[in-house]
This record gives sequence, structure tokens and C-alpha cells, in this order.
Amino acid sequence: MSRSNRPIYLDNHATTPLDPRVLTAMRPWWEENFANPGSAEHAMGRAAEAAVEEARSHVAELIGAQPNEIILTSGATESNNLAIKGAARFAAAGGTERRRVITLATEHKCVLESVRDLAAEGFEPVMLPVRPDGLLDLDQFNAALTVAPTLLVSVMAVNNEIGVIQDLAAIGELAKRHGAIFHTDAAQAAGRVPIDVEDIRADLLSLSSHKLYGPKGVGALYVRRRPRVRLAPLFSGGGQERGLRSGTLPTPLIVGFGEACRVAVIENLLDSGRIAGQRDRFLTALQAEVPGLEINASREHRVAGNLSIIFPGGVTAQAVMEGAPQVCVSTGSACSSAEIEPSHVLRALGLPEGRARATLRVGIGRFTSPAEVDLAAAALGAAWRRAVASLDSARADTATAAERG
Amino acid sequence: MLYLDANATEPLRPAAREAALAAMELTGNPSSAHRAGRVARRVLESAREAVATRFEASPAAVVFTSGGTEANALAIQGLGTGRRVLVGATEHPAVTAAAPAAERLPVRRDGTVELDALEAALREGAPALVCLMAANNETGVLHPLGEVAALCRAAGAILHVDAVQAAGRVPVALSASGADSLAVSGHKLGGPKGAGALLLRPGLHPAAIIRGGGQERGRRGGTEPLPAIAGLAAGLGEATPEAAAKLAVLRDALEAACVRAGALVAGFGAPRLPNTTCLILPGVPAETQVIALDLAGVAVSAGAACSSGKVARSHVLEAMGYGKESGCAIRVSLPWNAPDDAAEQFAVAWSAMRARLSRAAA
Repeated sequence: MSRSNRPIYLDNHATTPLDPRVLTAMRPWWEENFANPGSAEHAMGRAAEAAVEEARSHVAELIGAQPNEIILTSGATESNNLAIKGAARFAAAGGTERRRVITLATEHKCVLESVRDLAAEGFEPVMLPVRPDGLLDLDQFNAALTVAPTLLVSVMAVNNEIGVIQDLAAIGELAKRHGAIFHTDAAQAAGRVPIDVEDIRADLLSLSSHKLYGPKGVGALYVRRRPRVRLAPLFSGGGQERGLRSGTLPTPLIVGFGEACRVAVIENLLDSGRIAGQRDRFLTALQAEVPGLEINASREHRVAGNLSIIFPGGVTAQAVMEGAPQVCVSTGSACSSAEIEPSHVLRALGLPEGRARATLRVGIGRFTSPAEVDLAAAALGAAWRRAVASLDSARADTATAAERG
Repeated sequence: MLYLDANATEPLRPAAREAALAAMELTGNPSSAHRAGRVARRVLESAREAVATRFEASPAAVVFTSGGTEANALAIQGLGTGRRVLVGATEHPAVTAAAPAAERLPVRRDGTVELDALEAALREGAPALVCLMAANNETGVLHPLGEVAALCRAAGAILHVDAVQAAGRVPVALSASGADSLAVSGHKLGGPKGAGALLLRPGLHPAAIIRGGGQERGRRGGTEPLPAIAGLAAGLGEATPEAAAKLAVLRDALEAACVRAGALVAGFGAPRLPNTTCLILPGVPAETQVIALDLAGVAVSAGAACSSGKVARSHVLEAMGYGKESGCAIRVSLPWNAPDDAAEQFAVAWSAMRARLSRAAA
């Protein structure tokens, strides 16, 4: 593949490349000790268990938690399902009077669907709108908490499409003041912005390994011990993870996740400074190529690597992407890549359909180089010009045809 | 260390390791529409086809999960709604926990299901979901699935088969077994930990346990763990019943040596997995046995390898009618790469242990 044709990966919100240090940490657990960490009966199993526990402590450290507050799962989608359905079902079994479950219209689909599913179990889902900048209006949130006793609040730390960072400290404070359980989906935040469960008063917090340069197939749910938050498991079996998550623990994936968290603790600030630099470089270059380009949502409260770009000239982001196939970017979350509808996140910002369709999501990451952002900006700029030109010529054809007609 | 605990987890097969490492190099999310995503998607779909072909299902019928426990839960929670659930008395906790209120199907002394009892249970009441494992994790005993499936079909019952221990070791397939759904686990057949699959007969659509994102046709949300899935498919290619059958020679030699030295074998007369034996040493607690063997450099287990540290009486052996002896059984399960002298090595360690512990017990 020629240099200009090599894919340029700017979709770090969908998934991140594996950090080489993570792979190095994982390999022994594939190549030397493959044992089941549940096999306490023999030395190999106990060594695997020790590796799992060390990884768990790295995960805990990333978010200021204790290791025994970390439940390992298959990923953030499972963690979000477990947090939301698990907390609601446990409380329902205990006869709670609280029925409200509050979340935001801009949450990840797995949160929205988990909350919506609870309606069938007698809960009252509330999807709060966000302001045009993507942030939750705290007065509106407070009002929603005041209407009826709220069981659970689920607000994501960093949005996966527009990168907006919610004010979790204020949200957690309000949620706790009203006696609600506070959950946050921190899949996009962990490793990108500092996050501490005490600062934000989180009761439950979801993490994903593959969004922070770890392997796919593993994640975690933080479950507060003091005061203790109780959950019903999604499924049971061997009783691993204190019965909250049964199934053989995937040692190599967990070790990789732990290493990714360890690296994130060390490099968090370094990363975000470098990534912000690449983002600015990319944006400056793209603005020079595409006059009139706009950015969705808050610029100030935003994770470093994210840009949500509106292309001018009446083109769709899809057309721009197709014109620059070597640039790996997206129109929205990866999960809904196949969907024709504009993203629910952009709709929630109040974006008209045309502008939503003209929006491209860019996610710059730890391994994005300056050369890559330059090439990407040039390729996207050229693709945009071609898209505008083909639109203009199509319009001209239509006009000519109309005149003749 | 002589590793004879394959039913807890198989050593990673070379093909599985290569496939997983290759997939680790791919950055894309299989759901992404761009080039990196499409490359990942192709790996995912080719793994799906390999799994489907092997278990005689259509690719659309394969739901990738995080492992066998989740696959079993998805089937039982999803297909059990509105049905009576009948569960074999020797099933794995992943199955029994998914249907805590289920009626238990008794087994015979050899560990195989009582077909008369199944038939009687199917005759009464509402349509049932029957859950029976293809092979038992502690004894290796195989249920007569053909006959079970025929009874289920005649009664309009759905049959879910936990094939976690059987897959890759004995022939098992969705259509051939007559099962409606089949759960498999990657790491029990020499693939990486972190992936499993549920195979479904066309027309069955269990409601998702983990929702959101729409992956796996809405049956299982979450970014697919590509390395573990690619490794599962590649491992399956090496995990053939023909290769596993060769382990029976080693297992039989190992078993014979221990029987001569005073062991009893649970499920001896029944059809069993070629790699598994469940050895009872009357009067000596299982925990004492595994500790002694561990010190001698032999890794075996006292039952299922789940939540650590819990060594209780085996519910499997109790269901087979063993009394006190059900606390005195160890599981020896040969891995695919068992050394040629595994039987001799084990027999020496076991006999030494027996001599020491039986003297202590006496």
C-alpha cells in the first residue's frame, strides 16, 4: 500500500489501537500460563488469579477506587446493562418506592435501551434533553429529581459522538442530595480526562478496555462499597466476581486492560496535551481547506481528541467520507454506522437534519501523528470540494433540464 | 507442572494464538463503516461462518457472547419465558442458576439422564424448555442426546444443550443432535478466554440480556471481542473429535492404574468424553487430594473451576447417588497437548498420594 493510500485512523471513539505495551503484558498469559484464574486448586490457577488481581488494582487506581469495588465484565455495554438493570431490579426486589430512572437523550444506545427496558418492569424512564452545547441543564436536572423520588441517575462522563464532558461533580452532588443512585458511563472518559469516583460521588461507573488502548472483550463496573450499592446480576453461574458476574475470567484480556489503565494513569496528561495539539493542527488545516466549517457543541467542555464537524455547502458527511476512503472517520457511533437516520445525539442538540447529515465525527488518539492529521485534512478537504462540485453540477443539470422542460 | 485440568480451561492452541494475535493488530471496530471497520467485520464474519459450518448451523444463527456462561444464560432466560424449565440434575451452575425454579431431571447411577423420568415430565403440563449438557464437566458423561431430542420433539419441547465441554472433543452439532440451541465456549476448546457462542435453530429469537448497539442482530449488544472470536474459530479448526479420541488411550491407562491402586471411577460404564475421568478415593476429602497433587506438581481439580476456594461435595456425584464419596472425588482432564507419559506420571503421583493419605486417614 502506498503511503498516501495507507489508512489514517481518526476514529478513536469507536475503538482505539492496542498499545504495544499492553500486548507485551498480555502475551505471557497466552503463551506461558493459560490457566483458569478460578482454579484455586493448583499453582497455575493461583498465579493467573494473582495476575487478575493485580490488573484489578490498576483499573481501580485509574478512577480512585478500591480493587474490591471493581467488577470485571466483557465491556462497557455489559457494565451499563448491569449497572442500570441490576440496580433497578435489586431495588425493586427490596420493595423500593422510587420509580424514576433519569438519563440524558445523548447517552449511548446501550444506556438508553437499558433505561427504556425498565419501563416494562414498572419503572419510569426519564430522558432529559441537553442544551445546544450538549451539556445538561442543572436546573432542569434538579427539577426532574424533585418531581418524584428517583431511584437512579445515569449520565455519561464524555459523549461518544460530540466529546462533551458533563459536569459530573455537580450532577453527582444533586443526584446524591435527592437520594438517587448515581451511575456514569465513563467509557469515553477514562484515560482521556481525570476521573475520580469520590470527586463525582459515583455509585456505579462503567469502563471499557478497548476505548483506552486495551483489548476488546473486557471492561469493568465500579460498584461502591461504602455505602454499599447492591445489584442483581444479569446472569449467574460459577459465582465469579462475588456473584455479580459469572463466567471464566479472561486472564489475558484482563491483564491487558490493567496494563492499559496503568499506562493511562501515567500518561493521561501527556496524552491529552499531545492529542489536543494534533486536534488543533488538524482543525487549522481543515479550516484552511474548508471555509465555513463549523463545530458542534461545547468547545470548552470537550475531550481533547474529539471534533464534531459540520461541512458547509449542502454536502453530506457520508459523501465526504466516501471521497476520502483512506481516512477512517465516522458519521456517528460505530454501533449505528449502518443506520440511515441521523444520530440521536445530534438531534438532541437541536441540529436540523441537513446539518446533522453534514456532521463528521473525528477522534484523534494517542498514536495519531502530525503527518497523519495533515494528510487527513488534505484528503477530507479535497473530498469536500469534489462533493460540493458534484452537487453543483447536479443542480446545474437539474436547472438546465427545468429550463428546457 | 503436569497440567491435567483441561475441563477448567484448555491450553491455547497455536492456531488460536496466531489468529488472536493477528486480530489484535487490527484496529477497527467491526461495526464501523470505514476501511478499518470493514477489515474487522470480514474477520468477524469469517469466524462466524467457521463456527456455523462446524456446528451445522447457518451463520445468522450464531450469536457471539463473552463465553459459555453468557451463552447458556441467553438461551435459558430467552427461551424459557412462558415455558416450564426442566434441567438435568448434573448441569453446570451456569445452567441451573439461569433457571433457579426449574424442575430437576434425575440421572442414573452412571450419570446419564433418566429417559423415563424425562418422558414423564414432558407428558405433564405446559410446553417445556429442557436443558441438558452434552458432556458433564466433572465426570465427562455424555447424555443420550439423540433420544432426548426425539422425546423433546414429540412433546413440543425446546431442547437447549450446553455443549461447552463436548464441543471440539466429541461430535456435536445443532442439526445432528436435534437440539434447538447449543452453547459453546472458546477457551474450553483451546481458544482464548473471552468468547463463546450460542447457536440457534432458525426461528428462535431469545431476547437479549445485554442490549444496546444492535450488534449480533440485536441479540447481544457490545463491540465484538475480535481477537477472542477469531481465536475461537481458529481453535475449533484444530479441536477435532478425531484428535481428542486419541486421548482416550491415555485416559484409560491412567484410570486403570488408579483403579488397580484403589480408586473408583464415577460414570465408568457410560459413554464419556475421551479426556476426562472422575476418580474417587473413599475416605479422603477431595481438597486434601488436590492439595497433595498440587504439591507433587500435578494440576487437577476438585470439581468445577469457578469462584475460587470453594470445595464442597460434588452436586454431580450426589445426583448420581454417591453419598460421602461425593466429597472425595477429583477430576482429571487431559488437555489436547497432554504428554505421552501423562498416565504414568499421574499414576505415580496418585499412588504416592493414596499411600500417604490413606495411612493418615486410617
